[in-house]
Amino acid sequence: MDKNTLRYTPSHEWVYVDGDAATVGITDHAVKALTDLVYIELPEVGRTLAANEAFGEVESVKAVSDLLSPVAGEIVEVNSEIADNLDVLTADPFARGWLIKLRLTAPVPTSLLDRAAYEKLEEGE
Amino acid sequence: MLRTPLYRWHVAHGARMVEFGGWEMPIQYTSVVEEHRAVRTAVGLTDVSHMGRLIFEGPGAGAFLDSLLSRDVSALKPGQVRYSLLTDQRGGIIDDVLIGCFAKPGESADSMRAGSIQAGSVRYVLVVNASNRKKVLEWIRRYLADSVARKPDEEVLFADTTTETAMIAIQGPKAVALMQSHVENAQVENAQVENAQVEDAQVEDAQVEDAQVEFDLASMKYYNGAYIRLKSDLGVEGPVLLTRTGYTGEDGFELTVPAGSAEHVWDTLHASGRSAAPSLLPVGLGARDTLRLEAGMPLYGHEMNEETDPFEAGLSYACCLDGTDYPGRDALVALSGAALKRVRVGIMLDEKRPAREGCSILIESGQNAFDQNASGVESGRTVPRPVGVVSSGSFSPTLGRPVAMGFVPPEYSSPGQLVLIDIRGRMASGKVVPLPFYKRK
Repeated sequence: MDKNTLRYTPSHEWVYVDGDAATVGITDHAVKALTDLVYIELPEVGRTLAANEAFGEVESVKAVSDLLSPVAGEIVEVNSEIADNLDVLTADPFARGWLIKLRLTAPVPTSLLDRAAYEKLEEGE
Repeated sequence: MLRTPLYRWHVAHGARMVEFGGWEMPIQYTSVVEEHRAVRTAVGLTDVSHMGRLIFEGPGAGAFLDSLLSRDVSALKPGQVRYSLLTDQRGGIIDDVLIGCFAKPGESADSMRAGSIQAGSVRYVLVVNASNRKKVLEWIRRYLADSVARKPDEEVLFADTTTETAMIAIQGPKAVALMQSHVENAQVENAQVENAQVEDAQVEDAQVEDAQVEFDLASMKYYNGAYIRLKSDLGVEGPVLLTRTGYTGEDGFELTVPAGSAEHVWDTLHASGRSAAPSLLPVGLGARDTLRLEAGMPLYGHEMNEETDPFEAGLSYACCLDGTDYPGRDALVALSGAALKRVRVGIMLDEKRPAREGCSILIESGQNAFDQNASGVESGRTVPRPVGVVSSGSFSPTLGRPVAMGFVPPEYSSPGQLVLIDIRGRMASGKVVPLPFYKRK
């Protein structure tokens, strides 16, 4: 994914929107901050999410973090590859390490951050 | 928030800093798993300066500590370190500590080698948890004040040296080799003490004179220690305390140096260990926690607190019931005769999701190690019943699976007992296994 075309949440998820199709993942910053990922819990296909709703969790040796959906939509696909192999998420969080794909059921929230705003937030952490 | 003398080093080397026991401490530098593995396969350096270091001297020091700690302190020979508890009148655990008895630095070691150890020629060092230091200090001062009218031959000199010193844990199979290259050989006097059985003192003495015996650190036994001299490259002039102790389940040392020398000592050890392969890593408190968990070591605030019965926590070995009196001894004597309501166990989980502190431990009726319903017939199942709670849980880097410690009734504590753990609403299966999870070869 081109980082410039993504939108971001303050909780370090990214979303790529193409028409009414959205792909959601977590940023390299999130992966680095968590480190030592040991477990990920992903939802079932067909579930409908509101924007900012928890759709799963990712767990490192130290701690658990909720995964929050940047957009509202119905889950149409879940990345089954990463559940068995978290290294994919660690190595490539913006492409092969995507988490879920949704069909949008509401407009993309305007509160999402663009790359510049997100990187500014990263620096502050 | 307090900062250790190594704070600047940690920040300069990219450590993520967190609050721990009132101190700003590095939780990790790069990766908990990498740091954990460095300790298991090579050597790691951990700043443990947040631990409280309290010293006691004077002719009355041994008897005073006897009157407070659950172990007979005055029975310690110079060089010995022991795990002990500090209990209140009810037998509740105020803190778990290490107590060491050492030949006082600067004191002539000749008298000690000759086996004529004079009361007052030793220094006791009490190492307490950071989070409990204030509470322990209050407890000690209260008892010291009670006995203010001491005779000169019962005098106790007490000091909290925590902030004027730093403590560095050097842990891992390569710890001896690393430290050996930084310890002055000439300083054999104290080293001999903990090896010398008093009755063998004459023989040891002769050996010292005949051969220029080098201070071989490998001969310092586990849970022993001494004031030694470091080589000049570490920049510490006087004697420093080195003990063969740790909280990782691995071989290693804990070194106490003056605060002003700490950064140079750490930096030099770090550089020296980095040049060897496999390489040394600085290790944060995150890995220290997974290391101690694998080693089945209890942590105050998790496996014990003021409400914990030490026998339930598996700490009976630290409770001396027939020696000198101390607060809580009578309560512990009574508890020792009572049936245990729960015991500390190790649990290994089947899947990858770690159980965390506070998760419920459940048992399916009819499911124990010896008659499990392997067929999984629905009609034979009952609703799982909570029987206990997880006190510490994480992912074990060595085993590649989540492990946990927790408390369950004795009837469910046998190795092989199948359990379920409620992890935020979802059940994870596992079984009771013997502690420790990891034991070094």
